[in-house]
Amino acid sequence: MSERKPGAESTPPGDSQLPLFEVFVQEKSGAAHQHVGSVHAADAEQALQNARDVYARRGALLSLWVVASDAIVATTPEDSPCFFDPAPHKIYRHPQFYHTPQGVKNL
Amino acid sequence: MDAVESPERRAAFEARIAAGEVIEPKDWMPEGYRRQLLRMMSQHAHSEVVGMLPEGNWITRAPTLRRKIGLLAKVQDEAGHGLYLYCAAESLGVSRDEMLDALHDGAARYASIFNYPTLSWADIGAIGWLVDGAAVVNQTLLAKCSFGPYARAMLRICREENFHRRQGYEIVATLARGTAAQRAMVQDAVNRWWWPTLMMFGPPDAESANSEALMRWRVKRQSNDAQRQWFINLTVPQANAIGIELPDPELEFDAESGNWKSGAVDWDEFRRVLRGDGPCNHERMAARRRAHEEGRWVRQAAQAFEARRRTRAPREISTTPRREPAHV
Repeated sequence: MSERKPGAESTPPGDSQLPLFEVFVQEKSGAAHQHVGSVHAADAEQALQNARDVYARRGALLSLWVVASDAIVATTPEDSPCFFDPAPHKIYRHPQFYHTPQGVKNL
Repeated sequence: MDAVESPERRAAFEARIAAGEVIEPKDWMPEGYRRQLLRMMSQHAHSEVVGMLPEGNWITRAPTLRRKIGLLAKVQDEAGHGLYLYCAAESLGVSRDEMLDALHDGAARYASIFNYPTLSWADIGAIGWLVDGAAVVNQTLLAKCSFGPYARAMLRICREENFHRRQGYEIVATLARGTAAQRAMVQDAVNRWWWPTLMMFGPPDAESANSEALMRWRVKRQSNDAQRQWFINLTVPQANAIGIELPDPELEFDAESGNWKSGAVDWDEFRRVLRGDGPCNHERMAARRRAHEEGRWVRQAAQAFEARRRTRAPREISTTPRREPAHV
């Protein structure tokens, strides 16, 4: 990506499309914020306004987050298998591993 | 991403696609898949943006306030759709600047339909009904495509596009039961937009260079001709319902296949417009470049404002806005 990083200091005003921000919205009370896309903006406040114009033209949203894209740290697909090791051999992490006397309920 | 494209990697990728898995930007993908998606998503984004021009032409001349607010909202949606799609394309590592440069210097394409002029108010109805109707068919399928960011952008777009189609049909239907002059105007608009709309689905399957790979990779879920047929079948009854004639003397219902068979599309015209010799190619590109230039000072001012804020109050730098966001 040739984007100027939001954290870069004193970049002379050129004509880039401005730093990239990821947009997350909460659609219902109690729901988690969900990633919906991205916007370009000079700063976080403008990013919020742009995100509202692009991702909230219809229907009420409860809340909107913007996060500078380069502030997001993510796993890579190559690392995933060992990073997310499901540890199937650690059967003692599951309730079925433990025995209860016959007839005992709600356990 | 490791660029090495071994047969094993390719096979594993094809197996993921065959199993119905969704590919995300950081996953390994063959260079051809990445290139095709970038081409499609950036072309699609450019089409949304350039598509604002023929309709924007009529905002100030809309006949009533109801029509004006509808058209304004539609054109604003097209801008939003362009942004959803640029954002999806950027997930593959190409920058917004690169895509806009490619559009402005003529290296990138956009839908050839937008190189036709909007000569009367009825054209706005015809565009909404036919052009957006064709887009809905295409985009409903793309919403199930194998590349996650493209499919998700399409889902958002499909949710909004139905309003475009209906506002167009309402305009056409209203004019179709109007005065003799209004009926003639709307029939003329449909006559001019029908064939270019059928061309939107792309060249016939036998001549479509990219189709085979795109179908195998589940980027495309139906061939150009199948989509075109689906659209014709949807549209003919809508035209009949309001007494509009589609300008195809060979159009005929085939009871055996259940399809409306159409006459031959003039593919020479399609290629001519795509090459840049349509009625409005130069006008559209000039308007787009001018809009980009005229917006330059806004982008620069926003950057200068942010740069100055940083030097004045370095401790305030954070992603937290200085005030609570306006309640939406």
